[in-house]
Amino acid sequence: MEFAAVYIGLAIIFGLYMTWGVGANDVANAMGTSVGSGAITVKKAILIAAIFEFAGAVLAGGNVTSTIRKSIIDPAFVPSPEILIYGMLSALLASGVWLMVATHFGWPVSTTHTIVGSLVGFATVGLGVEAVAWGEVGRIVASWLVSPLIGGTIAFLMTMSLRRFILDTDEPLANAKRYGPVYIFFMGVLIALVTLFKGLVHLDLELSAWASLGVALVIGLLIASVGKALIAKVRVDPEAERDFHYASVEKVFAPLCVFTACSMAFAHGSNDVANGIGPLAAVVTIVRTQSVTQTSALPIWILLLGGAGIVVGLATMGYRVMQTIGKRITELTPSRGFCAELSAAATVVVASRLGLPVSTTHIIVGAVLGVGFAGGIAAIDLRVIARIVASWIITLPIGAALAAFFFFFFRGLFL
Amino acid sequence: MPTSSPFAGLFGKSPFPAMQEQMRVVQQCAELAIPLFEALQREDRESLLAIKERIFELEHEADTIKNEIRSRLPKSLFMPVDRRDLLDILNAQDNIADAVQDVAELLALPKMKLPAALLDGLVAYVETNVDAVKQCGDVINELDELLEMGFRGRAADRVEDMVARLGEIESETDSQGEALLEALFDHEDELKPLSVLLSYKLIELIGGVANYAEDVGDRLRLLIAR
Repeated sequence: MEFAAVYIGLAIIFGLYMTWGVGANDVANAMGTSVGSGAITVKKAILIAAIFEFAGAVLAGGNVTSTIRKSIIDPAFVPSPEILIYGMLSALLASGVWLMVATHFGWPVSTTHTIVGSLVGFATVGLGVEAVAWGEVGRIVASWLVSPLIGGTIAFLMTMSLRRFILDTDEPLANAKRYGPVYIFFMGVLIALVTLFKGLVHLDLELSAWASLGVALVIGLLIASVGKALIAKVRVDPEAERDFHYASVEKVFAPLCVFTACSMAFAHGSNDVANGIGPLAAVVTIVRTQSVTQTSALPIWILLLGGAGIVVGLATMGYRVMQTIGKRITELTPSRGFCAELSAAATVVVASRLGLPVSTTHIIVGAVLGVGFAGGIAAIDLRVIARIVASWIITLPIGAALAAFFFFFFRGLFL
Repeated sequence: MPTSSPFAGLFGKSPFPAMQEQMRVVQQCAELAIPLFEALQREDRESLLAIKERIFELEHEADTIKNEIRSRLPKSLFMPVDRRDLLDILNAQDNIADAVQDVAELLALPKMKLPAALLDGLVAYVETNVDAVKQCGDVINELDELLEMGFRGRAADRVEDMVARLGEIESETDSQGEALLEALFDHEDELKPLSVLLSYKLIELIGGVANYAEDVGDRLRLLIAR
């Protein structure tokens, strides 16, 4: 193949560009609740994000990557491998550009919507409407509508259960210490199970169902006992209690938020990094196999590259966004942040496992609304929800148009 | 590149801390009614006017906070309680300060003198009214706890009890007020008509303080009941 090195080089640059954008903006939203509630500092959040986004991308990013690179476009309609390469490059560049423009103006766009919109846009223009696997696209769009609802519902139930078992009891502090680790145990088991269960094929590590369950339980227990040790120190603070009776209970949730932040970073890494590296992986596979139909295993270096892009994005810009969030959200208590983040992480991880590229931002917004519906948040600005929905709708055609534009550009350049 | 985040914008500013702040100002204002009466008793006109001045300042401050809260409570905010109910509580809190201001205005009239026969009763009456405001302040101080529990459960039960106690204090002021009116009848012949008129007015105005405090509690209870 002519220009093979150029294609791969461009794909790597654009892929890094896009994952940089994800790290610069999106991560801050994903971890906003724990930073905003003051449970963890910005520095800690960055550290957690760097480690767990990376881990999420490498360990659990395979399924979404595969959807992005293989399922949206029907290879039967691709005339030559080059055309698909141009398409993937355009989709990446379009997403990176739109993400940067939107970040510049502070529009709440989703990386997921951008990349899916771009792919559909390129395929429609470059290959014809029939080349788009509309069934799969429909499934993805449906997941965008359903996932915030699910995240919100879980968050609502979590808030209610926290109230039932911890807050609205005679001994809230003792119960917080008793049940707090239980919540993170289930979280740990869920994430580990979803990740392990037939999920580590690309790492040449396949565990049986029972082995997965066993390892997941061990991981859950490990996490729960670390959490238990962390909150054991929390004592009643009579000074703070006088003004606010639940001050000590909230102090139990602050260390627990470290775990939800880790989960969220992991979930985000598995979902959103995959958006960026999916097209990159597609280009690499096409160049290697010279065909659009042959599938090959996802090379691990691509996942590593995606993880690295996110960390660089975080280090160069993401920390500033994170600081803004930490300063602006002052009304969130750790227990609320805990509920919202845990529910969102669970939803994202399960969606990722199903290969559904969902939007982390939308799910976390859904989860915050869920906590709000349970009467837990003083004030939620519904105008922002409207803005987010608007951005969601506008991103699809813009991503599509940009990708179509870049597609013609690349085709003109190389052909 | 600006570092904005849609996520941060999602959280509106909570009106509850500002409401508690307004209540603190209102309570300070009401508590000044006691030194105000003492100054009148001592016929210390200088301090009387100084205290009256301070009451007016605090009332103004409460007003300012009220307007600030109102201006940043758009209808697009989704809150665990009805926005209209919150604004009603805010108004009720403000009414307390207004009532105190009316009392101060009357007491600061250049020739205002309290009938000796009513003096002790009046001071006790003022104190009970101020107690009602303090109780009301304690109730409003529970707003954070209510929010933590989503305005239900044990926090709500405790607030219910506190509001009930507020009602009892208010009833106490009612009986004190009635007793004062009776005393006024008894001494009617010894007093000048204008003095009777002003005393009557004063008793009525002071009673308003506890009435409005109870109003705040009742409205808060309504918030919980929904």
